[in-house]
Parts: sequence; structure tokens; C-alpha cells
Amino acid sequence: MMNRNNVSYVDAISEATAQEMAYDPSVIVFGLDVDDHKAIQGTTKGLLAKFGPDRVFGTPLSEDAMTGAAIGMAMCGLRPIHVHIRMDFMMLAMNQLVNIAAKTHYMYGGQIRLPMVVRSMIGKSWGQGAQHSQGLYSFFMHVPGLKVVAPTTPFDAKGCLISAIRDNNPVVYVEHRILHFQKGPVPEELYEVGPGKARITAAGSDITLVGISHMQIECLRAKHYLQEKGINAEVIDPIWLSPLDVDTIAASVRKTGHLLVVDNDWATCGASAEIMAAVTERLQGEMRFTVHRMGFANTSCPPTPSLEYLFYPNGRTVAAKAFDILKGSAQNWLPNERPDLKEIEFRGPF
Amino acid sequence: MIAKFYESLYRIRRVEEEVAKVYPTDKIKSPVHLSIGQEAVAVGVCEALQPEDIVFITYRSHAAYLAKGGNLKAMIAELYGKVTGSAKGKGGSMHLVDVANGIMGASAVVGTTIANSIGYAYGVKLKRQNNIVVCFFGDGATDEGVFYESMNFAALKKLPIIFICENNGYAIHTAQAKRQSVPDIAAKAAVFGMPIERLGDDVLHLYERISAAVETLRSGGTGPFFFECETYRWKEHVGPSEDYNAGYRAKTEAEPWMQQDQVQKFAMMLDPQQRQQIEQAVEIEIAEAFEFAENSPFPPDAELYDGVFA
Ligand SMILES: Cc1ncc(C[n+]2csc(CCOP(=O)(O)OP(=O)(O)O)c2C)c(N)n1
Ligand SMILES: [Mg+2]
Repeated sequence: MMNRNNVSYVDAISEATAQEMAYDPSVIVFGLDVDDHKAIQGTTKGLLAKFGPDRVFGTPLSEDAMTGAAIGMAMCGLRPIHVHIRMDFMMLAMNQLVNIAAKTHYMYGGQIRLPMVVRSMIGKSWGQGAQHSQGLYSFFMHVPGLKVVAPTTPFDAKGCLISAIRDNNPVVYVEHRILHFQKGPVPEELYEVGPGKARITAAGSDITLVGISHMQIECLRAKHYLQEKGINAEVIDPIWLSPLDVDTIAASVRKTGHLLVVDNDWATCGASAEIMAAVTERLQGEMRFTVHRMGFANTSCPPTPSLEYLFYPNGRTVAAKAFDILKGSAQNWLPNERPDLKEIEFRGPF
Repeated sequence: MIAKFYESLYRIRRVEEEVAKVYPTDKIKSPVHLSIGQEAVAVGVCEALQPEDIVFITYRSHAAYLAKGGNLKAMIAELYGKVTGSAKGKGGSMHLVDVANGIMGASAVVGTTIANSIGYAYGVKLKRQNNIVVCFFGDGATDEGVFYESMNFAALKKLPIIFICENNGYAIHTAQAKRQSVPDIAAKAAVFGMPIERLGDDVLHLYERISAAVETLRSGGTGPFFFECETYRWKEHVGPSEDYNAGYRAKTEAEPWMQQDQVQKFAMMLDPQQRQQIEQAVEIEIAEAFEFAENSPFPPDAELYDGVFA
């Protein structure tokens, strides 16, 4: 028996997929290596045995054509889930996603709809390097007609995937390799965590930390570090990046007066820019508040551990930044690393 | 010639074995795609080239990098993430580069350098340079659309390029027959109107056939040329171990390749004393390279932002 309070992110995804496939025969899963023994870190484990090779199949290396094929399958009434082992590979599918998938329903006057999910994961550490570590979801947030979701807990991984599968629009479902190690409560039954609703993951009153994808974990760590300074941060997980729940974030900033968005991506033109702009539009003229952000260093991701460490925000640097924001100037405070708040040691080879 | 070929084969094999040996110590925090078993193609091809010739390689290219004359110390330091590495620790195992020795880099996104290589060849032709371009890629890369588009352009423009498909039968764990309706890759290239040839991993034969193509291009003849070279990966797709018990392939499939191992074959062709000399020199060079990597510093913090723009 599975301990329902300690289900892994990976198992949450495979369970959601299996349950939806059992519930709806039009759901199918394909992508490079979904059917091999590694089963996309286990997220597609057991599906082939349960549902057979017509509904679960590995593909050639053909991201562009397979994305176009997913669109055609959706046109024909299937609900395809197309899986990429790295988000970087979605760049080969941009034309189909941006020029066809996003526009089909609108451009054809509502005659056609495209229920399809594109799953992908962001890599980190062990020298994944420049081409296996990118969080490129803001590209898709930019385009009307695409929905984007980046769940961070096993509970949301399951609920969001079910929502994404049932959605009648193309949904870009973004995972993170390190989030796959998360464990937590996941109900056995089918449930949805639907578009456009953020979650306050830790209540507070002094500053609002919005953490996207893996940076949600770092923000929760930062909250602990900030307690050393008597600061009570509120942490928000947007979960769905498009549509974005501006209401929840703005309501928090209305309370705290300070927003710090921590993104698992570069800042320029990223999700952090969008969240800051949306909150500013909402609250300007109403009150005094400050907006700030952190993200990847403005370089390609270096594989060497010494530089990779500097490339990413972490719980300590997020806390330091929040402290500076609240004090109004650089404080040169960096908390000592707490063993219980350390990142897991991810060991390769991949 | 035999001695030179053996030195190159043995050197690559031993470098990769050392990488595999060091790997469990976590000093190499980089996803390594070893070419153990595939050395022959790299050596047979690169021995036919001159230093000024250009190669485009892949994430599985420790062999081609070394065979083309890539700096060994810089390679090991790069795997260690050290500032003395070929890319100052900013590339890693999947992105080896050595422009001074004609190695134009490797992409971890499969198939992408095929298109880059034809662009380079176009430049060589336009500038009337006398060097030639070689592009290495795997069978998996020929699944991608960019492969077909690149073959067409290369043939259309009669580019001075040699394509080397290292067909090891698998893309990660998926056999070619599960991915391609017609597995004959050379035949697909032939459709675009270029000379094709199917080769195995017999180093001398490879050398002979590639040399003939090189000769044609060097003397003003037109390309492209396409070679499909059958070979076999002995280790897991990524990482230092074997994976014959994973279920997607059997050890018996690998055995014939191991029996005709080119490294062993060439070792037998040399007299023992000469062989020993070569091996000793290589062992010293490898030991020095690992020592160099161990003793080199990590990049300083300031390197993080260095080199975003030229
Ligand atoms: C565009 C793209 N799709 C998928 C991957 C994941 N991937 C990495 S290596 C690989 C297999 C490539 O096989 P092949 O070209 O035959 O080279 P080999 O590893 O056998 O040397 C795949 C699918 C990738 N890196 N890039
Ligand atoms: Mg292959």
C-alpha cells in the first residue's frame, strides 16, 4: 500500500496519467523514451504495460513533426500528452506550438479545439550545462492561446496534470528535474487544480515572495532563514503562469507592501517581469509598495559547480535580498547554511 | 601508419576508461557519453584529415575530439569543470571545442550541428579555402528533419563536406528499427544526389575510403560525400557503466563487436616492444592530463559573466 501522505512528484504524475487514461480512452502518451526502462525518470512507468503500445509509444527524434502530429490527433478527438525529457528540446517545436496550436481555435472561428498537453522538464546541476537547464516557459506565456503551468508539489503535479488533460486547449506543463524528488500528500482519487489560481504556501505579513517552479522551494527555505531576523515572509506559488492569478499576489502585496519574485529563469522579459508589471498596474496609485526580482544570472548556464552555484538564486541569497529590501539598503547579511534547508545532492550522470 | 593508428586508438580507449574509473568519485560532475567501442570511426576518419580541416562533433565525441588532435589536458580539465578546460568550465563533457585544432564544437541538442556544418562548408567554398569540413552525427540525428534539409542544401550547393553517420544502432535505448521505417540511412542521403558508402569499423578501410573523398575535394572535386559507419556503443548511453541487463539489448549483440575490437587488433599488429613504448607514452600523457585537471583551479567568480558577448 502506498503511503498517501508521502507520494513522490514522479508517482503523482504517473498516477494522474494512468487514472486519466483509464477514465478517458482518448488520452494517449507519446514522446522520446516514454516507453523505455527509465520511463522519463519514472513518470511514465507502467503505462505501456497497462494501456499498450497504441496508446503509449516512443517516437523518433522528431520534435517538430510530433508536435504537429499531436495537433492533428487533437483535431481528430484524441487528447495527446507529448513528453520531452528537457524543456530545451521544445525549441524544435516552436512553429507548431506558436503558429498552429496557439491559434487554431481562434483562427478557425472556434470550429476546432486542441486539447493537448506538452510535458517537459527543466534540468539542473551535475553539469547539465547551457542546453539542458533552461526554463523557457515565458516564451509560451507570451502567446495567447497557450496555457502554462509549473506545479511544484506532488499534490499540484497530479491535480494540474488532470486539469491540463481535461482542458480543451494546448497546455504547456513544466516540470523540474529536482522537483521530481519532492514528496507529499496526494489523494488517490481524481481531482483538479485548475487554471488561474495561485496558492499561498506560507502565510506572512512582511514581504511577499513569489517562487516559480523550483524557486518555490528556495523561497520556502528563505522564509525559514528570514525568521532568524524576525521577518515573517508570505510565500506564494503561482502554479499556473498563464492564466496568472494576479489577484492573489496583489492581495498579498497590498498587505506586505513588498514583492520579490524569484524565477527559475532569466529575469529579462521573463515571468518575473510579467508578475511585477501586473501587480504594479493593479496597485499603483492605491498605495506605496516596492517590486523586486531574482532569477538566473544573465549568462548561459555554466556546468562547472563553482559557477553553477552562482548562477542560481538559493534560499540564502533570496533571504539576503528580502532582508535588504525591508531595510532599504544593502545589509551584507547572508545566513549560514542550515543542514535541514540544504538542497539535495543530485548525482548524475543525468 | 599502424603505430600511429594504434597510438590514437589506444589513447582514446584509455582516456575514456580513466574517465569511467574516476567518475564514481564525483570529481567529474558532467554527464559523460562515452565512445568506448566507437573509437575506430573517429580514428579512421580523422587520420585522413589535416590539422586545418574542420570537424563538427556531438555530445558523444571524446573520441573524435582526441582523434582530430584536440588538447587532452584541456579536455580532462573541462570534464572537471576547471578554468583550464577547453571552454573554461563553461561547456562540459557535451560541448568539447578546440578551434586551434579544427574542432568547432558539439551540441547536446541532437542533429543541430549538421546544419551548422553545411554553413561552414558554404563559407569554405565561397572563400575558396582549401580545407574541408567533416560532420559527425549519430543514427538518431537522422530521425530529425534538420538532417534531410541539410542533406538537400549540401547537395544542392555541392559543398566540400563529408558526412559521417556513426550508426551504433540506438538512440538512447531505442533501436533504429523502432524509429525508422527504412533503416538504410545511406540510401536516404543518396536520394539527394551524393555519393554514399556503407562502412564498418575497420580502421584501415575507413581511412582508405575517407582519404579518397578527401583527395577528391582537395583537388577541386565537388562534394558532399556521405559515409554510414556501423559501430557499437559498449557502455550505457550516458554514464560510466554497462547496461546489458537493462533489457533493451543483449550482451550477445555486443560480443561480435568486442571480438573484432580495433584497439586489440592493432595491438596485435605491432611488435611487443614498439607496442609497449606507445602504451607507456600514452599512459604518462593521460596521468599528466588528470593531474593537470586535479591541480587546476575552478573558474573565479568573475568568469560567470565573462564571454556572454564577443
Ligand atoms: C533534439 C533532441 N531531442 C532529444 C534529445 C535527447 N537525446 C539525447 S541523446 C539522444 C540519442 C541520439 O542518438 P544518436 O544520434 O544515435 O547518437 P548516440 O547517442 O547513439 O551516439 C537523444 C534522443 C536531444 N538531446 N536532443
Ligand atoms: Mg546512435
